[in-house]
Amino acid sequence: MTSFIIRRLILSVIVLFLVSLFVFLAMHLLPGDPVLMYVSASSIQQVTQEQLDQIRHEFGLDKPLPKQYLDWVGGIFHGDFGKSILNHSPVIQEITRRLPITIYIGALAFIIATIVGIPAGVLCAVRRGSWIDSLVTTLSNIGITVPTFWLGIILIYVFALHFKWLPVMGYTSPFVNFWMSTKQLIMPVFCLALGPIAGNARQARSSMLEIIHKDYIRTAWSKGLKERSVVMRHALKNGLLPVVTLSGMGIGTILGGSVLIEQVFNIPGMGRLAVTSVMNQDYPYVQAICLIMAIGIVFSNLLVDISYGWLDPRVHYD
Amino acid sequence: MTNKDKDTSQVAVLQPENKRHIGETRRFFKVFFSRRVVVFGMVVIVMFIITAVFAPWIAPYNPNKIDMNHALLQPNSAHWLGTDALGRDTLSRTIYGTRISLLIGFFVVILGSIVGMSLGLIAGYYGGWVLNIVMRIVDTLMAFPMLILALLLASLLGMGIRNVIIALGIAMIPAYARLMCGQVISVKENDYILAGRSIGASHMRIMMRHLAPNCFPPLIVMMTMMLGTTILAEAGLSFIGIGVQPPVATWGNMVNDGRTYLLSNPLLSFAPGLAIMLVVYAFNMVGDGLRDALDPQLRGVI
Repeated sequence: MTSFIIRRLILSVIVLFLVSLFVFLAMHLLPGDPVLMYVSASSIQQVTQEQLDQIRHEFGLDKPLPKQYLDWVGGIFHGDFGKSILNHSPVIQEITRRLPITIYIGALAFIIATIVGIPAGVLCAVRRGSWIDSLVTTLSNIGITVPTFWLGIILIYVFALHFKWLPVMGYTSPFVNFWMSTKQLIMPVFCLALGPIAGNARQARSSMLEIIHKDYIRTAWSKGLKERSVVMRHALKNGLLPVVTLSGMGIGTILGGSVLIEQVFNIPGMGRLAVTSVMNQDYPYVQAICLIMAIGIVFSNLLVDISYGWLDPRVHYD
Repeated sequence: MTNKDKDTSQVAVLQPENKRHIGETRRFFKVFFSRRVVVFGMVVIVMFIITAVFAPWIAPYNPNKIDMNHALLQPNSAHWLGTDALGRDTLSRTIYGTRISLLIGFFVVILGSIVGMSLGLIAGYYGGWVLNIVMRIVDTLMAFPMLILALLLASLLGMGIRNVIIALGIAMIPAYARLMCGQVISVKENDYILAGRSIGASHMRIMMRHLAPNCFPPLIVMMTMMLGTTILAEAGLSFIGIGVQPPVATWGNMVNDGRTYLLSNPLLSFAPGLAIMLVVYAFNMVGDGLRDALDPQLRGVI
């Protein structure tokens, strides 16, 4: 087990290295000159070649690529993601302001997806063929197909504009006004959670159904155990293993979805920053956001893999 | 996933003496069309394809014709779904949006699956360091949320249909590569592959003639479902304004444009969104049906 964790850690480090290389090279090899963008974004009217070189030097863009890469990565280890091309402020400032918002909303969505989706799927498997099964199956089929940004707009129309139960959009820190913050978050969190809820429910249902036909479950029944005990103590343990993997993948869905949902609900998080900085071609921001999201996903995958080995003692890693 | 259980239970119920052998094609269609949602999905897809192909004949108006005298009309007999802020007919724009969505969907699936499946085939067949390198590339691409990766690539390549196809295509590669690789690794253990080798068939021939066709069924299911995923992703990109640019009518940018007039003209946003949902749902259901119909556990029996 320890050697598995160590090997898995090494693999994660390799992937993180490749991720950083990919983000760096994508920015430098694909068309588009950041210096020219910088110039067009600033108020400088006419530029000489000399001035261009000067700016290039200022951003360290005149150095050879490997040196630039090392400088960039070295900076990240010191919490320095570079400076915004647009307004010269350090990227890390804006990120530290926005990252907690996205994490907070994402965590709420993840928790809801887990505590709603998995029990719903298990219930379907146990009561297979009943009305509740067909209801949940239909809802989860719709849940994985509905465009989240559109759902957000519909929710705004119904609950904010029509019934006026909830605020239309915006974000308030829960430390400033908890009640307001919660009211504002109901719709965005629901939109973000819907896909993962549906995914979890489908996976939980199908893997529980597979388990329910196993011999040891029949044995448990024939021992005269109550349904509760058969399901909770025997079936659930094995049935939920594949769900762990899937719910880990839900983190990626939620992070990706935050790009759209923060746009719909006007939430000042990382997702909106990603959109605005792509629009402004503010590459240091784009790089930082991509890297941070990738780090989040690599770590959550690592946790999933390790917890898998911990949950299922049959799994041998060698 | 939903219907896997249904199949296993059917297999369990069928006694050996009840097994009637029926043709592969007949069985395929029988299982495929046995569920109503699958038939529904199929009908929806065919309708959308017809709409896309014959858009100029079906759409009542030119989708980009600006008519400020008839801006923001409510639905009426002349404009069934009303008009937008520039007086363009919502129904016509939704119909033309079908073209963009399906076009991008098909090309992205072709691009992503050809590159991804080739990578997976080579990696799974040769194994060793080739497998390691390909899998690390796959891991790297999979470390990004799909939409973020598409956003990054689209922003670098620039907007427009072609670049959106490239960006989404690259973002889809790892999923195909991973599935194909797993398939190849299990299929290549079969004796017929060894037999092929021993009579001196080349690597290329074994991969193309023997491995690829036998690995294909789960990938067809994936490609069908990916059509839906791609259309959803494309709509997301054009919703945030990074994708196919206005004035071209796409479902994503129509939803976004309509947002401003949500209170007075909700249909501007509702109609294109409903189209997205319907077509994605249809592709998912057909994918589900294909999975059932291609299930090797049911081969030879109904």
